[in-house]
Amino acid sequence: MTDADKKRLLREMIFFRRFEDRTFEAYMERKIGGFLHLYSGQEAVATGVLEMAKMGGGDKADYVITGYRDHVHALKAGAPAREVMAELYGKETGSSRGRGGSMHIFDPTANFMGGYALVGQPFPLAAGLALGCKHKKTNQIAICFLGDGANNQGTFHETMNMASVWNLPVLFVCENNMYAIGTHIDRSTAVRDQYKRVCGYNMKASQHDGMDIDVVMKAAKTAVDYVRKESKPYFIEFMTYRFRGHSMSDAKGYRTKEEEAEWEKRDPINIYKARLIEAGLITDADVKKMQDDVQNEIETDIIKFAEQSPEPKVAELTRYVLDDNPDPRWIGPLQNKY
Amino acid sequence: MAQLAYWEAIRRAHDEEMTNDPLVFAMGEDIGVAGGTYKATSGLYTKYGAERVIDTPISENSYTGIGIGASMVGMRPIIEIMSINFALLALDTIVNAAAKIRYMSGGRVHCPLVIRTPGGTAHQLAAQHSARLARMFMSTSGLRVVTPRGPIDAYGMLKSAVRCNDPVVIIEHERMYNIKEEMPDTEFFRPLEGAEIVRKGEDITLIGYNYSVHLCLEAAKRLEKDGVSAEVVDLRSLKPIDRETIRRSVEKTHRVVVAEEDEAPVGVGAEIITGIMEDCFFALDSQPVRIHAADVPVPYNAQLEKAAIPSADDVYQGALKVLGKI
Repeated sequence: MTDADKKRLLREMIFFRRFEDRTFEAYMERKIGGFLHLYSGQEAVATGVLEMAKMGGGDKADYVITGYRDHVHALKAGAPAREVMAELYGKETGSSRGRGGSMHIFDPTANFMGGYALVGQPFPLAAGLALGCKHKKTNQIAICFLGDGANNQGTFHETMNMASVWNLPVLFVCENNMYAIGTHIDRSTAVRDQYKRVCGYNMKASQHDGMDIDVVMKAAKTAVDYVRKESKPYFIEFMTYRFRGHSMSDAKGYRTKEEEAEWEKRDPINIYKARLIEAGLITDADVKKMQDDVQNEIETDIIKFAEQSPEPKVAELTRYVLDDNPDPRWIGPLQNKY
Repeated sequence: MAQLAYWEAIRRAHDEEMTNDPLVFAMGEDIGVAGGTYKATSGLYTKYGAERVIDTPISENSYTGIGIGASMVGMRPIIEIMSINFALLALDTIVNAAAKIRYMSGGRVHCPLVIRTPGGTAHQLAAQHSARLARMFMSTSGLRVVTPRGPIDAYGMLKSAVRCNDPVVIIEHERMYNIKEEMPDTEFFRPLEGAEIVRKGEDITLIGYNYSVHLCLEAAKRLEKDGVSAEVVDLRSLKPIDRETIRRSVEKTHRVVVAEEDEAPVGVGAEIITGIMEDCFFALDSQPVRIHAADVPVPYNAQLEKAAIPSADDVYQGALKVLGKI
């Protein structure tokens, strides 16, 4: 990894944080509706893991799928930030043409196969993406990001079993932030260490610090290489923390200020920034400039694009329910002779 | 031409589609080594191997989800769910994922998968193996739901379903797997949309789907002996419904009976009759009647089971009522 890569990674994480903060502001201005789940605090996980995978879309790049806290995963996979923001604004130019919203960002050109709001549903979908890759012998893998809360769904156990039995090239990334919505892991789950839960499925698994991107990248590289080379699943767990509530309606009454303060000391952006400064790669002034540039880009380009984009046409309400241009040979209708 | 049973027709469709396109594969419980509960995939495991005829664990929701994920990257899965009751376990992935992914991705990702499942009552299988859930799937946006009544449609519609880009639920029936029909030896396709007039008539329209088409045909024969000419319409597709064919038939006969094996509340008959009210109310000379299952979990006892589900005689009696003969 070059010095330029390291600076790029820091900028990416700063960008992701500002992107999420800006969506919060737009939500407060009621420009974004629905539910909004922000990723602030967990940036090192998606950024670090996907840095070690093949991104960029096409039949060489890996597939990514996740739950509803999906903006940053989509961005890191390569979905244009303008389109993701426009989606949050419900615009026709959005990544899902305004039909999906915050929880359903899709960008198949970046092999980002969606955000899903049914907790645990992406487990089997990810294994299916991997089954397709294996069948087509493309050497691609599927990467599934979900939280610790998803592991209490049946799909977790069903999918771990099938991924293992069928040797599917899928990397399950568990972002353990210790809260399933507002319920602490110790109150909902028999073990805090999630990687231990897959031992019954004969699958490799490991647990790592999710706040230090260098640790994330090192562990992710091992896991990604294993999945690709062996064509077998791997379950990797990162201990992390979301700095904001579960969604916008969350007053965080279920956790203490002391706990939040402890984790904020381990802000992944600050950890990486301090490391780059200490290594002499970057100065405080450089970071300030980076932050200003990011802020400027988001304001003058991304937000502007979202605000100025057109709404979907009401006349196209039922478009995309089924194939809009079906082949009559398969669809019909059957011609009756009257 | 050859006589093929319903299960053989399904097997032939699998075989041809798997030969035609290497991205087509089958998955389900016991479909491979064991050949399938209703033999619909027998012999395919030997021919295509374990990677294309996949025996799954008993995990309906997640193996369906795996099929969906595979379809999102261009594969063409044919998933067998052994009984429609078990499809309830897979409702999350069918209804929340397969049916919605195209829409919520703004048309950018599609799920061209096929789910085949028998959904009727048969041979004292009792409450947890006798569900009829057509009405539930036909009320889900983003799905196609078809109900082949015989081998020709079972073959031709499965082939169309594999090639179509939408998720298709094919509802078969435990009591139809051994029904035989003459079928051309050459390849053909049957469209997924459109009701079919399977018997022409002038005096009354009997509408069925899946197994109840056979009840309608039997009732029509009895009516003929009474001097009544009954037209029988097979809906074929429950989503979307071909309202045009129904309207034309009712405008001709002015009388209608809808026969469904589902329970009546919020059912197929309710939907069809509402459509008739909206489309051709003034064409009716008599009140419509729906023949349906009793609103009970299906009982085990043979006599009770028989009483719980509609028969050809029920359809016949319904027709007499519409005709004002009883």
